Amino acid sequence: MTLLAVSGLAKRFGGNAVLAGIDLDIEKGERIAVLGASGSGKSTLLRCLNFLEIPDAGSIALDGKLVGRGERELVQVRQRVGMVFQQFNLFPHMTALGNVMEGLCTVRRLARPEAQARAERELARVGLADKTAHYPAHLSGGQKQRVAIARALAMDPELLLFDEPTSALDPELVGEVLGVIRALAEEGRTMLLVTHELGFAYHVATRVIFLADGAIHEQGTPDEVLKHPKRERTQAFLARHKEFSL
Amino acid sequence: MAQWDFSSVLANSDALLVGAVGTLRIFAICLVAGLGLGLLIGLGRYSRRRVFYWPATAFVEFFRNTPVLVQIVWFYFALPILAPFTISPLAAAALGISLNSAAFSAEIYRGGIQSIERGQWDGARALGMSFLQAMRRIILPQALKRMTPALTNRAIEIFKMSTLASAVAYVELLQQAKLIASLNFNPIEAYTAVAVIFFVFLWPLVQLTYLLERRLARDE
Repeated sequence: MTLLAVSGLAKRFGGNAVLAGIDLDIEKGERIAVLGASGSGKSTLLRCLNFLEIPDAGSIALDGKLVGRGERELVQVRQRVGMVFQQFNLFPHMTALGNVMEGLCTVRRLARPEAQARAERELARVGLADKTAHYPAHLSGGQKQRVAIARALAMDPELLLFDEPTSALDPELVGEVLGVIRALAEEGRTMLLVTHELGFAYHVATRVIFLADGAIHEQGTPDEVLKHPKRERTQAFLARHKEFSL
Repeated sequence: MAQWDFSSVLANSDALLVGAVGTLRIFAICLVAGLGLGLLIGLGRYSRRRVFYWPATAFVEFFRNTPVLVQIVWFYFALPILAPFTISPLAAAALGISLNSAAFSAEIYRGGIQSIERGQWDGARALGMSFLQAMRRIILPQALKRMTPALTNRAIEIFKMSTLASAVAYVELLQQAKLIASLNFNPIEAYTAVAVIFFVFLWPLVQLTYLLERRLARDE
């Protein structure tokens, strides 16, 4: 069943067409890895899907219903589509627990005890049960990103967007974050993941999309796209990525 | 060489006390009204919507570029001619000082809000927060912390600007000193006493704000 149907999505910044007509159907339970060189429009695609950027053209349907008009509707869509950012974007004036409770209290209007119980569960799930009282400044990058994942999960989103969740992390911290994302994958969550971790994409994604010049250049199973790419630009991209691998 | 003799000032300490109460009253009014209205106008200046941006900008430019003393005198002497009501010295002075402070603090609020990284907005919006929820819960608490030094400066300015209310004979410290000086022919002692009283009020307050700033800097 199609959860999110994207059609003809386009976005320009100034004279620069960053997205030039994207058609993409995301089925429930799918895990899509989005690859592409920098500037290919990966982040903009993600940001358009929850309307952090307002698309210039095209349509987005969530559960068969067209969405995207009016602030009230956008706010509702964002509650159903969670997002995890490269730079975490945790709220520095709140503890880990406060960060995870925030959406529940302010947006969902849950009572504080209920929100706190929920937030503690989510933090335990990402392995941070002992860090609930810590402020972001006192957490490592990997811990921050796991708090950010717990914050998104607490809203119980139908679709999770990950925008290069490990790109800002020291190499030795990447594993703990990828481990959490893989656990979510195993729960059958629907997710769209922009990443440069090709190995992770290969093992966890159900579909891989290669973006170039703001359009889907090639897509297919991880094996098709990552092991046997058909198109030249995909091949060149993968060759560059594998140049220094062991 | 004049002889310093504070006995005539001390003899009128009850008058100065009445003045001090008047000073504190107008300070409290202008602090709340000026910094409160300033936040609304600052939000207007931050807004991309013209209906908010232009009136807020006009307000800021007008009150930043006219002297407070002229505004106070205008509200007291000119407004009652134009409008069918009289206005008390307190109201005229509080209006002038509050509106002026609102204009200056609006720019502090705007700058503080603009200094918060875009990622904070993204984080808040991605949770489904409305503009006002994100502003109230995420942006303002962080911005206010950064604005604290500038806002405490404003508060100190407001405290000292209260003496301008004497221009319309509002009973505050300077007005009472004028009265004492004219009755006892002791301007040196009377006005020195006012300066000292202001210093004694403000100096500990300023030290407290330094302490507060250091506290906030440590929490970052």
